[in-house]
Amino acid sequence: MRFRTCTSPHIVPGHSVGGLMRQVLYALVPGTLAMTWFFGWGVLVNVVLSVLFAVMFEALMVALRRRPVMATLGDSSAVLAGWLFALAVPPLTPVWVLLIGTAFAIVVAKHLYGGLGYNPFNPAMVGYVVVLVSFPRELSLWPSPEGIMEASLTFWQTLQTTLTGRLPDGMDWDAITRASPLDMMRDSLVAGQTVTEVTRSPIFGSFSQTEWEWAGNLFLLGGIWLLYRRVITWHIPVSMLLSLAIIAGVFWVFDPDQFASPAFHVFSGAAIIGAFFIATDPVSAATTPRGRILFGVGIGILTYVIRTWGGYPDGVAFAVLLMNMVAPTLDHYTRPRIFGHSRDGHG
Amino acid sequence: MQLHRFHGGLKLPDHKAESTARPLLTMGVPKFLYVPLSQHIGAQTECVVQPGDRVTKGQRIGQAKDYICANVHAPTSGWIRGIVDHPVPHPSCLSAPCIQIETDGHDQWGEDRMEPWPDWRERDPRSLRERVRDAGIVGMGGAAFPTAVKLNPRPGKRIHTLVVNGAECEPYISCDDMLMRTHPAAILEGARIVAHMVGAQRVLFAVEDNKPEALRALTDAVPGAERDFIRVISIPSLYPTGGERQLIQVLSGREVPSAGLPADLGMVCHNTGTVKAIRDAVLHGQPLISRIVTVTGPGIREPRNIEALIGTPFADLVEAAGGYRPRVDRLVMGGPMMGFAVGDDAVPVIKGTNCLLATRPEDTPPPGPVMPCIRCGECTRVCPANLLPQQLYWFAKGKDFDAIQDYGLFDCIECGCCAHVCPSNIPLVQYYRFAKQEIWGREKDRQKADLARERFEFRQERQEREEREKAERLARKKAALAKKDSEPTDKKAAIEDAIERARAKKAAQATEPPPDRERADN
Repeated sequence: MRFRTCTSPHIVPGHSVGGLMRQVLYALVPGTLAMTWFFGWGVLVNVVLSVLFAVMFEALMVALRRRPVMATLGDSSAVLAGWLFALAVPPLTPVWVLLIGTAFAIVVAKHLYGGLGYNPFNPAMVGYVVVLVSFPRELSLWPSPEGIMEASLTFWQTLQTTLTGRLPDGMDWDAITRASPLDMMRDSLVAGQTVTEVTRSPIFGSFSQTEWEWAGNLFLLGGIWLLYRRVITWHIPVSMLLSLAIIAGVFWVFDPDQFASPAFHVFSGAAIIGAFFIATDPVSAATTPRGRILFGVGIGILTYVIRTWGGYPDGVAFAVLLMNMVAPTLDHYTRPRIFGHSRDGHG
Repeated sequence: MQLHRFHGGLKLPDHKAESTARPLLTMGVPKFLYVPLSQHIGAQTECVVQPGDRVTKGQRIGQAKDYICANVHAPTSGWIRGIVDHPVPHPSCLSAPCIQIETDGHDQWGEDRMEPWPDWRERDPRSLRERVRDAGIVGMGGAAFPTAVKLNPRPGKRIHTLVVNGAECEPYISCDDMLMRTHPAAILEGARIVAHMVGAQRVLFAVEDNKPEALRALTDAVPGAERDFIRVISIPSLYPTGGERQLIQVLSGREVPSAGLPADLGMVCHNTGTVKAIRDAVLHGQPLISRIVTVTGPGIREPRNIEALIGTPFADLVEAAGGYRPRVDRLVMGGPMMGFAVGDDAVPVIKGTNCLLATRPEDTPPPGPVMPCIRCGECTRVCPANLLPQQLYWFAKGKDFDAIQDYGLFDCIECGCCAHVCPSNIPLVQYYRFAKQEIWGREKDRQKADLARERFEFRQERQEREEREKAERLARKKAALAKKDSEPTDKKAAIEDAIERARAKKAAQATEPPPDRERADN
């Protein structure tokens, strides 16, 4: 009897790229729902439109590169990039901003570098940074939960606002938006207030603004699930959050009036989602265990530096992109000691 | 005893109960046996029988001609029908020379059977090693490296510990498990013989904890007085803990140096089946002519362990295990992680055949499309050699053979953990095998080129030297001539005398010159 031959292992494979990406997507659901709850339908509209655009650009690029379109879309990596981009930009961002951002993420940052597996930079963050530096006005308007509540924007009104870039008649941007915690902290400190005065504001919860805390908690939950499922390893999230907390703690202990607490930094902005979902993008991160720890530490420190002394309220996106640049170098210098070799690499 | 752990590894479903549920079956003698001349790592044996010869059980039919080689014996009595090219268990699916034996069913030993040595304790290690060599014993865990070579003492290395490897960490395989359950005393006797041979003061018998029956059988078989000498140790089930280097790390916490051997740590490691084969060779004078094979997998009706003669076609074994289930489409020799698929079930059992695994498409779906590496690092997490498989893959793909060696390609044991966890379905181990082959090939080419260059340079040098010597000879001659011209010698004087005489004669003749001579003078 004749048999088919093929290479080992002769056992059902444990994972697939599509499966891993989809698990990350599931882990994003609770945090995304929390953000929708607090910031309105705009979050969901962002996600749906960005994912749609990202998949569209992915299909276009794959077709142009004469690769199998359906098989490539099946890896879900474009969906993930679109989703992460959507969570980075404020709700009610005009549709053309979403289009430009996703185009940069997928076309430039991903496919011009060779597609999945070959991109040196995190595509979602490239897309976000491009629109952030290009359209600062559109990117600075975060709706406030109360504003959304009062305005009670329906799903259709939200969609209309996103598509036209104009609020429905009788509504005012100032009424429904409010500075995000990082913006608020930054502006107030510049204005001469102390950290305690800022955090005493009723909109603050234990560490940061309540809704950001809750979104952070739920993203944290998703991240812990990813760790449990072994989709990601602990190295990057733990080292990034720990280094952010430690450097914030040092300055905070030194002058608590001028520098926000470590907890504020961890629970504000993109720190948690960045630690578990963005910095852990395997393609653009370091890949050795020690390299990943250094990679996370770098992001944590750079995030703090940019937040505290840089030109932008949040620094996670920039920190991730900067560390993407050094990832290959980190890998080179953090090779693990091979079994049976001495530390210096000789047998 | 405190155990240690190695980096990475995989917890795999063991699938051993399927084949251990039925008792060990000793297969009858098949009509034809195909005994490959090469069943081991090293040089091929030389066939020492002719078609038409009658052979007896245990008669040597393939003679080792090299240090790293192992004799081949007739597994039963019968007639040599030919030395034929027959499919052999090899990933290439190619054929190789096999001795075809038509069996006579008498299973008769001959006069030349090796003498049983029940008094092995009185024999010196050298003659015992010679016996192992004569018996053609190779590592029976699958690698099939000639055991006598491994037993040879290495200068300056004292062995204190013999490790008997009963880990059997790969899923589905249970031949060692079955052997330990059924023949614990024989295995222990084998361990004593090997310990005597290498001069070890203790024996560590390591068995994975998923084989409680084997552990109990062995523990019960160790006499109370020997409890300090032979220790049966239950080790955690974790693939690939049965790898020699991994096992030694688990037991001792020490790493065998990359370019070194377990002997560097004073240890030597032999597989359970090998130890039993050594005992059979020493106590009964029986060469390695049969072994236990696990015939298992979802594609087999009645999975079980079968003791079969070397040379038995796989098809006969499957028949003995109830035959195939419908839709079976893959037949693997070895386990699912390190085994290879054979193209034909006519291939015979060889010394290293520990397992036949038959699967259907629903059990082992054809691998999905290969996706790009996303550098997820899962392979790094599971690599027992603590390598960076994803980097090795890049270098193999880019044919950067210097970098890949720098990243430890030759420390890879090809266990397949990385390929199993790879979400992109990349056949990583294939890439490493490719790179190793390329490097060996280049090394060979380089050696050949070096040899050719040396020969060319030698020839050139020789020609130059010959030229030079010729020139020197000439120069010497010339010099000698010149010397003769300047220095009058007896010879010269004699010549001058002769010339003088000739002149005188000429002058005398000149008085009556002949006509032609006169003309010539004009």
